[in-house]
Amino acid sequence: MATSEIRRGDPGIDPATGEFRVVNQAESFKSVTEKISRIVLTPHTPLGWLALFGIAGAVATVLLVAVTWLFLKGVGIWAITQPVAWGFAIINFVWWIGIGHAGTLISAILLLFKQTWRNSISRFAEAMTIFAVVCAGMFPLIHVGRPWLGYWLFPLPLTMNVWPQFRSPLLWDVFAVSTYATISVVFWYIGMIPDFGTFRDRADNKVAQYFYGIFSWGWRGSVKHWMRYETASLLLAGLATPLVLSVHTVISFDFAVAVLPGWHTTIFPPYFVAGAIYSGFAMVLTLAIPLRKFYHLESMVTERHIDNMGKVMLATGFIVAYGYGMEAFMAWYSASHWEAFMFWNRAFGPMGWSYWTLIITNLAIPLTTLWIRKLRTNLAYMFFLSIVVNTGMWFERFVIVVTSLYRDFLPSSWGTYRATKWDYMTFIGTLGLFTTLFLLFVRFLPMIPMNEIRMILPSAKIKPKAAAGAD
Amino acid sequence: MPSREGTYGLLAEFDNPSDLVRAAQQAREDGWRRMDCYTPYPVEEAAEAIGFHRNRVPLVTLIGGLMGLAAMFSMETWISVIAYPLNIGGRPLYSWPAFVVPAYEWTILWAGLSAGFGMLALNGLPQLYHPLFNAPNFRNGATTDKFFLCLEAMDPKFDLIESKRYLETLSPVSVVEVDY
Repeated sequence: MATSEIRRGDPGIDPATGEFRVVNQAESFKSVTEKISRIVLTPHTPLGWLALFGIAGAVATVLLVAVTWLFLKGVGIWAITQPVAWGFAIINFVWWIGIGHAGTLISAILLLFKQTWRNSISRFAEAMTIFAVVCAGMFPLIHVGRPWLGYWLFPLPLTMNVWPQFRSPLLWDVFAVSTYATISVVFWYIGMIPDFGTFRDRADNKVAQYFYGIFSWGWRGSVKHWMRYETASLLLAGLATPLVLSVHTVISFDFAVAVLPGWHTTIFPPYFVAGAIYSGFAMVLTLAIPLRKFYHLESMVTERHIDNMGKVMLATGFIVAYGYGMEAFMAWYSASHWEAFMFWNRAFGPMGWSYWTLIITNLAIPLTTLWIRKLRTNLAYMFFLSIVVNTGMWFERFVIVVTSLYRDFLPSSWGTYRATKWDYMTFIGTLGLFTTLFLLFVRFLPMIPMNEIRMILPSAKIKPKAAAGAD
Repeated sequence: MPSREGTYGLLAEFDNPSDLVRAAQQAREDGWRRMDCYTPYPVEEAAEAIGFHRNRVPLVTLIGGLMGLAAMFSMETWISVIAYPLNIGGRPLYSWPAFVVPAYEWTILWAGLSAGFGMLALNGLPQLYHPLFNAPNFRNGATTDKFFLCLEAMDPKFDLIESKRYLETLSPVSVVEVDY
């Protein structure tokens, strides 16, 4: 195959090596640096940014109101009760943390696989991870009912002499999510240190020089420092890879360790992880497509990036589809009356609409159209699709949580679930919080790693000694 | 102790990484040892050229990870067996398979923190002041698009006039003297 399929003169392919190029070849060290640092160092905040920031801030305020009322009245303002005792809070928790996973996948796993196309999108994908974990981490805390006692989750030597119970997946969650948040922040921050050095050197006002100078820890680009830095990045990537796989696995244990039909299944860990990456890539697309347009970053976040992300979504989407298929298969093959009823009820019961929404948005629309290259590189379509998949993944968690719970073993204890306005306000509020944090990141921090882009430019190639004839 | 006044070294600027690597190799061959290169992104060949091959970040990370593992696993065991024994569905007090998950997470947590902060500590950062920032051209390019080779005054071969002449034979864009 290969050679005949490669179009001659294709600017996306290096004529010498046949490698795919991921950034526009016309870029130089200086132009890349200028393009990225100008976004942050300019004294003029774009009007579009201000408008969006205003809207996002207003939506985030809704969260503040909802949480304040929650703290005053208690979790009774939500729709959770028996039999559906886990509602929006857990759905949103799993959804948000899943979104975070793509950031780590891009920044860590693709780094280990030497996928250089990730260099342009790794930083803001990582930022997305952190802000998604911020939103996610809030939910279990406010769900516990008395969040001021949240410190009981940690093994602290308190005068009460009460210690956590380490056989519970809910406690494993505490360590998985807190480790994930910490390592993501460290990885993100370490990655930004050299770029802060660039900002320090390029800023023309004292305040920016001062702050970026401190954040850069005095980075001066010594190659000895760079070598340790590269080693540390690789090690962090190597550590973040098993971490990211473990986080959603542990979250799936929250469900899978219970004996409830619909939750008690061994397919959950892999299918949660695949679903997390699926929704995470969708969120990266939701963010990347408007960003590259607004800040004119088309030469660094190219169509090839969008195309590649579409392919990853196609692959993970099929793993998710396999998970759904296995659930249905096991409902029949296990010959368990309860499993079979649960599945029938999930698809055809009174809340069956949520299951079919999930099938349409998560499987039917993306998995049929993502095969087509024209659609994968069509920005408007991919943006639309990213919203569809995120909706679908939210419904997946809704289906798992609610439809497994609302009709349990005894018909006398059957119930239903209808979210209250406080549920909706909390969820929509976190969308506002996420967008607000992301906008602040775009305005004040380097959203594309300048040093990593410089590495993949053609001018970074070292010409051998003999060619230049040094003596 | 190095004197904190006078000359820190001589800084040669290069336009591209290949020239820098060639110059650094040459300087190393000519017997220079106290020198460093400064680049806007990692240039592995330059580190090789000045004889910097290995670093201790992996060791620090390994030690950190093992400490995290030991800390969490022993804490779980102590809490579950001695400090606060609970009967959970008749499971043994020392139910080690359940302890694996938090211990695994803490291995990664401590290893990751050791890798990140260990790297910075081994680099001697934070160091907000450095004599190189005094060089007129350093901050213009070292973090953007220029490549520097610095011969430090600590090297026994260093002589202000001679070394400057020597650096100029390596075809740099410019050579400047850096003061403390």
